Amino acid sequence: MSAPSSPAAPWLPRLVVAPSFIASLLFIYGLMAWNGYLSVSASRLLPSYEFVGFEQYVQLADSDRFRVALTNMGLFGALFIGGAMALGVLLAVLLDQKVRAEGALRTIYLYPMAISFIVTGTAWKWMLNPSLGLEQVVRGWGFEGFSFDWLVNPDKAIYCVAIAGVWQSAGFVMALFLAALRGIDDSIIKAAQVDGASLPRIYWRILLPSLRPVFFSTLMVVSHLAIKSFDLVMALTAGGPGYATDLPATFMYTTAFTRGQIGLGAASATVMLATIAAIVVPYLHSELRSRR
Amino acid sequence: MNRLTLHRLILWTALLLFSAYFLLPLYVMVATSLKDAEQMRTTGLLGLPDSPTLAAWAKAWSSACTGVDCSGLQPFFWNSVQMVVPAVLVSTALGALNGYVLTKWRFRGSETLFALLLFGVFMPMQVVLLPMSQVLGWLGIASSIWGLILMHVLAGIPSTTLFFRNYYLGLPDELIKAAMLDGASFWQIFRRIVLPLSTPILVVTLIWQFTAIWNDFLYGVVFSGADSKPITVGLNNLANTSSVVKEYNVDMAAALIAALPTLFVYIVAGKYFVRGLTAGAVKG
Repeated sequence: MSAPSSPAAPWLPRLVVAPSFIASLLFIYGLMAWNGYLSVSASRLLPSYEFVGFEQYVQLADSDRFRVALTNMGLFGALFIGGAMALGVLLAVLLDQKVRAEGALRTIYLYPMAISFIVTGTAWKWMLNPSLGLEQVVRGWGFEGFSFDWLVNPDKAIYCVAIAGVWQSAGFVMALFLAALRGIDDSIIKAAQVDGASLPRIYWRILLPSLRPVFFSTLMVVSHLAIKSFDLVMALTAGGPGYATDLPATFMYTTAFTRGQIGLGAASATVMLATIAAIVVPYLHSELRSRR
Repeated sequence: MNRLTLHRLILWTALLLFSAYFLLPLYVMVATSLKDAEQMRTTGLLGLPDSPTLAAWAKAWSSACTGVDCSGLQPFFWNSVQMVVPAVLVSTALGALNGYVLTKWRFRGSETLFALLLFGVFMPMQVVLLPMSQVLGWLGIASSIWGLILMHVLAGIPSTTLFFRNYYLGLPDELIKAAMLDGASFWQIFRRIVLPLSTPILVVTLIWQFTAIWNDFLYGVVFSGADSKPITVGLNNLANTSSVVKEYNVDMAAALIAALPTLFVYIVAGKYFVRGLTAGAVKG
């Protein structure tokens, strides 16, 4: 504690931050607890505070739709996280080769992060349109039998969401890794080159392993983005066909706000919270610790 | 060809192929938005428009149907502007003050409070939606732009506080101490010393908050009423309004209208945008 403290008015700093801190903590933890309470209540169309124990969670576990949402979460999460990380790291390594026009290329790889998932979803919906989009283009190239109807195919539509998601987020991973690669001392590379190691080998065996902290913080951010994914699904498939591309976030929205099952929606939100907390709390704990 | 040129060739092929992959959707959006129905049929997905027209843009802006209402994206765009400006300014200002106190006027428990606040950056907002809609009802601002502003400010404080706190950690404490010895007050130090040094982080935070709030869909779709829907909700409704003939050219023009403000900021101030992204992820 090297920061000064004011002898004249020790209460002033506290008073200044009090309103926003109190409001924020009530917003975060107060509403969280309230949602928790709704999830063990009998609430349906209107909130009710009749306690029913874990009935909503039992119903959630029995719900076919929620099970689909969880399965999709696993599949989408693996593809989205794996795809964005792999592509992002690859782009960072490629850009790290002292290429001319690096700034322009970086701008191109990263611009999707600046636009809304609703815009991304709208654009990809047109490109993935089964009869007019990319299918038509490939057929025009002479592959008459080519068929690409994933967007309307209940078994494949979730892959479309992952494709668009990776497109949007890979640049973010690239930006983080590129910044970290730039922080590595050049002499390490030179020493390895003197020893006769090839460039791919240097990256694979020396540079990337030394970026472990960045790897974990990026993985954490991308994972929590995956779990919170909502907009992209709404714009691209609206959870369809049927509910084939539902994710927990869209399940929660539909259940609580369009189907009027407040208790069930609150329970699914609590499940999301628990999942994210399991990933984020250990990370934040170690981050805050290591800095002291 | 020697080895080095071969390497460079492979490298550049890869870099350009990836550029094409990232630019393709943008190209398709722009090209499609400049076509009319006739050219949509004749030129297909990837073709350039033969005779570019802004008709689809005009329709998307002022006469396309979102549900039963047919006044285009225009009203949604202005709703978003009215929501974004106060929400960005208030959340940034509060973040700056919080960061200042958390680093230069620490008090007992302030680090713990910060740690508690930090979880708000990552928590799934689904968990506050249901109670918050009730709170907004009690406050009498449900379904209004004010309700959205409040939601965005509360949701933004953890990130803005984090940004300013991390930045102010780097300002030497001696600077503050010296000013205090000269008799400067809490507010004088903030205004005369800290704020003038804050330009980079102010820009980063303003851009970050602008992008996040302009692009938000979740709060917009849950908390807005008939005449307070933001642009993302307008775009989504427009693109999902079923009509006899799907007008993808109008959809693409609408998508570009929704994307232009944040794309513009990104192109003008990309450096700061990237710093915001990294600041949000790596907190060392």
